[in-house]
Amino acid sequence: MEDDKKVDVAAQAAAFLAQDEVHEPMHDKNLWAARMKRDAAAREVPEWETLRQLASQIKEHTLTHLLQYLTEFEKNATSRGAKVYWARDAAEHNQHVWDILREKNISSVIKSKSMLQEECGMTAFLENRGITVTESDLGERIQQLDDQPPSHIVMPAIHKTREDVAQLFARNIGTDPANTDPHYLTEAMRNDARKRFLEAGAGMTGANFAIAETGSFVVCTNEGNADIGASVPPVHIASIGIEKLLPKVKDLGIFIRLLSRSALGTLATQYTSHFSGPRKGGELHIILTDNGRSKRLGMPEFWTSLKCIRCGACMNTCPVYRRSGGLAYGATYSGPIGIILDPTFDESKYSELPYHSSLCGSCTEVCPVKINISDQILQWRKVMAAKKYLPAARRLAFGTAGKIFEHPQLFRSAETMASGALKFTPNFLLYNRVLNPWGRHRELPHFAGQTFREWYLQYKAKNNEHGT
Amino acid sequence: MKVGLFIPCYIDAIYPEAGIATLELLERFGVEIVYPLNQTCCGQPMANEGDQQHSAAAEQLFVNNFREFDYIVGPAGSCVKHVKYHLDAIPQDPDVLHVRERTYELVEFLHDILKVEAFPWAYFRYKVGLHNSCSSIRGLGIARSSEIMGTPFNKSAKLLQMVEGLELVPMDRPDECCGFGGTFCVTDEAVSASMGIDKVHDYLRHDAEFVVSPDMSCLMHQQGIARKAGIHLKFLHIAQVLNGGPF
Ligand code: SF4
Repeated sequence: MEDDKKVDVAAQAAAFLAQDEVHEPMHDKNLWAARMKRDAAAREVPEWETLRQLASQIKEHTLTHLLQYLTEFEKNATSRGAKVYWARDAAEHNQHVWDILREKNISSVIKSKSMLQEECGMTAFLENRGITVTESDLGERIQQLDDQPPSHIVMPAIHKTREDVAQLFARNIGTDPANTDPHYLTEAMRNDARKRFLEAGAGMTGANFAIAETGSFVVCTNEGNADIGASVPPVHIASIGIEKLLPKVKDLGIFIRLLSRSALGTLATQYTSHFSGPRKGGELHIILTDNGRSKRLGMPEFWTSLKCIRCGACMNTCPVYRRSGGLAYGATYSGPIGIILDPTFDESKYSELPYHSSLCGSCTEVCPVKINISDQILQWRKVMAAKKYLPAARRLAFGTAGKIFEHPQLFRSAETMASGALKFTPNFLLYNRVLNPWGRHRELPHFAGQTFREWYLQYKAKNNEHGT
Repeated sequence: MKVGLFIPCYIDAIYPEAGIATLELLERFGVEIVYPLNQTCCGQPMANEGDQQHSAAAEQLFVNNFREFDYIVGPAGSCVKHVKYHLDAIPQDPDVLHVRERTYELVEFLHDILKVEAFPWAYFRYKVGLHNSCSSIRGLGIARSSEIMGTPFNKSAKLLQMVEGLELVPMDRPDECCGFGGTFCVTDEAVSASMGIDKVHDYLRHDAEFVVSPDMSCLMHQQGIARKAGIHLKFLHIAQVLNGGPF
């Protein structure tokens, strides 16, 4: 049954909250701290709101002239000696990677963070073909050792405590389970992976920005791990989503200023590496990948989600995400941006995600490229409701409520009934049992002895008596 | 100036004193105010769910009830936000557009239209935690949200500061969502409750005695949370404070 594979994000978030008294408070606190650092960093830039506006306009311009810029990028990258491939979807992307590795007889790769490669399920695809894939980003490596996808697009293991990591490393790479010192753990991870770094036949990266004018691309990291991948092994393969394009080098400054401030509140990432063609004696392969992007570009309400620069600020600020943990979303992308991207991959599977939001709107206002995320969440609800993806009980309750609100007399009698029985839920006429978990953590509100309307009728009558 | 008073369903039934305070307050400023008797709901609960089909009739009734007024004022940010920005399940004829443009949340109306400068009758000798709802801040713009850079402003705080004796306490996360979110509070009960508990503790950490808001729906949720946890905080609609009652 189709419904069986629906992600029940509310239940998974509830489980994250209920696991203990440690994980959720820590997750909330750390991500809120990132949001606070972002505010402080943005406050130092007087033209912050102008930068957001410019970034948004540049992205919208590029996305509406995408063919032109992609063609320009391909031409320039090729003339610099890179080999450019096109991939319509995940399967074509993975096939290109596999073909390149097979031709060179490469059996081991190191990779840095790439959400696109996550989207494509590339690691599992390669491992099935006997390739050893090693994540070089610390957070990604933690998630890889735990056999979990990243829970945050910038901080992949942010849902784990230091103790969790110490336990995990103790099991996998033989560290002392009692030692939770981050430096110790980081060093241990690097020592364990170093041999694989040195032996890898290819390094894989993503890209944060690709510049049409020069055919070069930029990778931003804080650990410098993308640089190892790109400079130690002889072959560098970069997976680039077609929405990553910027027209000119001079556009880049705006985005670099916004990206790391929005993500972590730092002025820039530790490493902002520009790749323009293969290095001496090496090879550079660039896979320009669509995987649903051009379909999204054709969706009038949702195309601006392609402006996303994957900074994660909307996740850090989201009060629902902070209390849910990213894994609850059961998808490549979690948090607010995940809610609006994931359904473009599978509407039925992710049909509950748009309801996992209080629609507070903080994501929209924090987003450095001004995506109207919150409006798109509501827009997705309209899609889900129109396509009848809502659970039947819920549809029925809202249908009934709609009927009652349509007729004033029905409404009055429902109101009286509700007050008599004290079966009140905030959404009033939804006192269907399925929809009635109000009382688990909350007292029921008390009904007033007299409604406002009753008071008003008396008040008017009294005023009329007195001739006013 | 003829003003239609919009009293959302939950204020009608549970918090009539917020409605009474709104009406009395506006009358003090000489506004001619009428409460159309056939009102039910603006359609928000259904529309929030994405259910355009079932919100259409409620929206049409709302427009029929209020189209004759110069202004429509409601003491509820989230309902007003729905009317202003999301009442789109029905064809956008001139009546609909008029109603959408002329509907104001109470704080906005006092601050922007009546340009009120004093509440001489009001006196409130308590420490107050202010809760501007997300709809009021990020939807209607009654305060600058913390995400946006620039000179801060806060219309409801400005009005409350005109009340003699009242002390506003600072908060750690002043505009963090409290987790009400309409249907969200029942469909996503665990996360919603966790957000509410954190909110209530923020007031407590700053010794607030009262929580005051232009949005009673958020307070209904916060009050429910506080009561269940045995926390003695009191919750009032901003109209009650500005009008000096009824409490
Ligand atoms: S949607 Fe905006 S805030 Fe969220 S990750 Fe993308 S760019 Fe950042």
